[in-house]
Amino acid sequence: LERSPPQSPGPGKAGDAPNRRSGHVRGARVLSPPGRRARLSSPGPSRSSEAREELRSRLLGLIERSRVVIFSKSYCPHSTRVKELFSSLGVECNVLELDQVDDGARVQEVLSEITNQKTVPNIFVNKVHVGGCDQTFQAYQSGLLQKLLQEDSAYDYDLIIIGGGSGGLSCAKEAAILGKKVMVLDFVVPSPQGTSWGLGGTCVNVGCIPKKLMHQAALLGQALCDSRKFGWEYNQQVRHNWETMTKAIQNHISSLNWGYRLSLREKAVAYVNSYGEFVEHHKIKATNKKGQETYYTAAQFVIATGERPRYLGIQGDKEYCITSDDLFSLPYCPGKTLVVGASYVALECAGFLAGFGLDVTVMVRSILLRGFDQEMAEKVGSYMEQHGVKFLRKFIPVMVQQLEKGSPGKLKVLAKSTEGTETIEGVYNTVLLAIGRDSCTRKIGLEKIGVKINEKSGKIPVNDVEQTNVPYVYAVGDILEDKPELTPVAIQSGKLLARRLFGASLEKIYHTLFWPLEWTVAGRENNTCYAKIICNKFDHDRVIGFHILGPNAGEVTQGFAAAMKCGLTKQLLDDTIGIHPTCGEVFTTLEITKSSGLDITQKGC
Amino acid sequence: MAAMAVALRGLGGRFRWRTQAVAGGVRGAARAGQRDYDLLVVGGGSGGLACAKEAAQLGRKVAVVDYVEPSPQGTRWGLGGTCVNVGCIPKKLMHQAALLGGLIQDAPNYGWEVAQPVPHDWRKMAEAVQNHVKSLNWGHRVQLQDRKVKYFNIKASFVDEHTVCGVAKGGKEILLSADHIIIATGGRPRYPTHIEGALEYGITSDDIFWLKESPGKTWHPTDVALECAGFLTGIGLDTTIMMRSIPLRGFDQQMSSMVIEHMASHGTRFLRGCAPSRVRRLPDGQLQVTWEDCTTGKEDTGTFDTVLWAIGRVPDTRSLNLEKAGVDTSPDTQKILVDSREATSVPHIYAVGDVVEGRPELTPTAIMAGRLLVQRLFGGSSDLMDYDNVPTTVFTPLEYGCVGLSEEEAVAHHGQEHVEVYHAHYKPLEFTVAGRDASQCYVKMVCLREPPQLVLGLHFLGPNAGEVTQGFALGIKCGASYAQVMRTVGIHPTCSEEVVKLRISKRSGLDPTVTGC
Repeated sequence: LERSPPQSPGPGKAGDAPNRRSGHVRGARVLSPPGRRARLSSPGPSRSSEAREELRSRLLGLIERSRVVIFSKSYCPHSTRVKELFSSLGVECNVLELDQVDDGARVQEVLSEITNQKTVPNIFVNKVHVGGCDQTFQAYQSGLLQKLLQEDSAYDYDLIIIGGGSGGLSCAKEAAILGKKVMVLDFVVPSPQGTSWGLGGTCVNVGCIPKKLMHQAALLGQALCDSRKFGWEYNQQVRHNWETMTKAIQNHISSLNWGYRLSLREKAVAYVNSYGEFVEHHKIKATNKKGQETYYTAAQFVIATGERPRYLGIQGDKEYCITSDDLFSLPYCPGKTLVVGASYVALECAGFLAGFGLDVTVMVRSILLRGFDQEMAEKVGSYMEQHGVKFLRKFIPVMVQQLEKGSPGKLKVLAKSTEGTETIEGVYNTVLLAIGRDSCTRKIGLEKIGVKINEKSGKIPVNDVEQTNVPYVYAVGDILEDKPELTPVAIQSGKLLARRLFGASLEKIYHTLFWPLEWTVAGRENNTCYAKIICNKFDHDRVIGFHILGPNAGEVTQGFAAAMKCGLTKQLLDDTIGIHPTCGEVFTTLEITKSSGLDITQKGC
Repeated sequence: MAAMAVALRGLGGRFRWRTQAVAGGVRGAARAGQRDYDLLVVGGGSGGLACAKEAAQLGRKVAVVDYVEPSPQGTRWGLGGTCVNVGCIPKKLMHQAALLGGLIQDAPNYGWEVAQPVPHDWRKMAEAVQNHVKSLNWGHRVQLQDRKVKYFNIKASFVDEHTVCGVAKGGKEILLSADHIIIATGGRPRYPTHIEGALEYGITSDDIFWLKESPGKTWHPTDVALECAGFLTGIGLDTTIMMRSIPLRGFDQQMSSMVIEHMASHGTRFLRGCAPSRVRRLPDGQLQVTWEDCTTGKEDTGTFDTVLWAIGRVPDTRSLNLEKAGVDTSPDTQKILVDSREATSVPHIYAVGDVVEGRPELTPTAIMAGRLLVQRLFGGSSDLMDYDNVPTTVFTPLEYGCVGLSEEEAVAHHGQEHVEVYHAHYKPLEFTVAGRDASQCYVKMVCLREPPQLVLGLHFLGPNAGEVTQGFALGIKCGASYAQVMRTVGIHPTCSEEVVKLRISKRSGLDPTVTGC
């Protein structure tokens, strides 16, 4: 289960919502503000080039001066429809009937060079090429046309995005494809341990990507054990080298950082490695590493600043502890590690560290994986416990002291019980805090322009199109308040959802334990992997929750998620033929309901 | 060599049965109510066992007869049929062994200090795989016992339309009668008996999983055994595939050729457009194969340790004396003809699984068809088996999962103009650090062009293709549209999220390579 990168917000949800691809308007912006895409009128070497150039600049002039230009033919019914549309909107248009002017054919030719569209009608609104009849109507339906008609180019940029993570970058690229002038401000404030990274945000640098690669490294450790049972022969004790792995992962991340830079450049998005802060309406201050300040204005803004790990606020935490911001590029093996927290970040990190053979302890204040199905969460915990991860339940650290410097050094952690007065002490090489993340919304001048945030969580409330209370400011990603769509996690905690929506008695739960075929020969434990679905009895046994604990869980879950979007029912599951032999097929043969209390341990095939 | 006799019986046998069937029907019929069983299942494979267990659960008196005729090389096995003994299960386990070989090569990139190369011990793998299979055989026996299903290890043939005669290993005969009979005898690999030496020196998938020693340098004349060749190459054997025409007939051809490309780039040799003519044993024990290039007519030879025939399967119907019961088979394939209720030409005799004409040769379809059949017979149900949109996965080194129509089928049914294909070349995250080549990792979704763009088929080439495909099979069953799939949030970072990110259509001509995150 992953936190999804908000890489492409759903239709109608980007900051620039109505401009998204829905209308397929290829915005070949013809006239741009100075310094941007000025290539369109470069002269060709042909003999009639001078006359052509003259015609071209006449057309560009016409496009620039007019609010709406329609290149039309008087007899063309599509052209007529477009003209009628604009007149119904009460908008005055400049119409050029190509069949009634002398050089109509040449105009059409030049137009096709400019817009890559050979046909009429060919429509421009506020200098933006909208396209033909269909595209214009689509733009009208999506609201883009109305937006374009209102456009005001008094600002430096059409859109400034604060934050170069998955959400911000996808927003920037999409807006640029739609012909907008876009800037991305991205600045990574170094962690208390001094770790910093490149463009791409949490997911790429200190989240999903390095996490999954380290997870893969740990799985390979398991695969190496398995492989002996499958006939591969090596006798030496296999050791894991942290530096080799980290270097390889960091190399991959650097290539991704570079790829992002490149793709922004290709799409002519301005990228500024500076810290952005609102100073007044439509105006932002960008401060770079050297402290130099620059000011930019834009018609619209998207806040995509994401989150950073939270600290405990106890003695020694910022000095000696690391977080997920530091772990993936740690230059030395962390050694004996205490992971504080029970979030998915905590458990994932503890899991792969233990997989490398390290001594790992997880300190949990209350429950594991809050927000997830608790039965599944406990199963995850007990699997980890069986595989060598120690858990200290119901304790919180109160002090961290350094005993020895080094790479890694030695730290003493003092913790107290959440239930009584008991205290415990432990010595570790590394203490990794994974107790949650805070939104980066408090130091970006939101108060200056009146964008509301939730004072407690720091999250930004938005409406259905991701708009904040200030209409020209949108927000995407982890900083949104109450947006379960962007955390499939929340959707998939079907049990909680079901309880909330229907009350406990209306659900029917089918479940089973299973033994992945790959585990059999490897001699790995039976009756550990678990599958469960939750159905709504009063809605044709519609599947409202889907849970799987086992190998490749991500790969299995994705397709079922798509099916749930399409109204998956238990009957359809039963009617679907399994793919044999896979783990996913267990969902097509679920028979035992939880309420029946029947045995679900597996025996045969 | 019973199997050889069967294979060579040829045309003559086909036209004799009709008169005999009528005679048999009159002669020995036990009357209803006096028969030994409510249901007799002939064949103890996935389909047959599913039928038996389901009927027992519905309170019926059930018997299963199962007998494994040894392969020409003498290989035999226990209860559970092809899937468990010489099919899906050992195949996927050996595929897993090969995948682990790849992972061992990846491991140093991820910091694991393993000295390369790591040798592979066939014997150890085979023993582990066989032990697992044997435990499954045992499990099936226990399950039948638990459900009070009578099991006979006898070779069955029809005496009349309600009676089957079984011959046990010692030659003892038993007569069993039943109100309903289900034939689920499956199929066995085909031998090219016209090729000199094929039967003497060649093995088939019936033998490969039970070999005690490594097959060594291997040669497959085949168009379906890519899976075997894949894992043999993966555990370090020199493997050559000979194909007469196209690989993976019936599958999407673009995907199939990418499967081949991937295998070729990972060391499997291919001899395309060739046909074998002769196999000889050399004095040193190696096998010399002679083949002809079908286009040039040129002859060529090569020496191998093992020759594996994988040229298709024939149904196990010939020793059943179907003519005595009056059950019709297809004259071309010898498979049993059934209607949509799985009933044969004799109303109370049914057939499920690979032995049936026109059905997919897949374990889960046999199981589901069998269970639905028994529910109709004894459970008052009227639900028919739906053979549309059956998902499946080919466990080649780069796995190929598919459900629904291939691109060719979609175009044939709906016309090029009405089909939109979305596709992407992607790179699994795990490949990056391992420095693996991902040029064949590819996904394509075949949709109708008219909104809302109903999804007709999904084809996925990459790791864990089976796991990825299963859920989307459900989606297609639910009538998923392209728009709905696009509205599904991805699970990051996985390979399956590439499916919900498919934006580039083939028609657009844009580069389908996924870049960035």
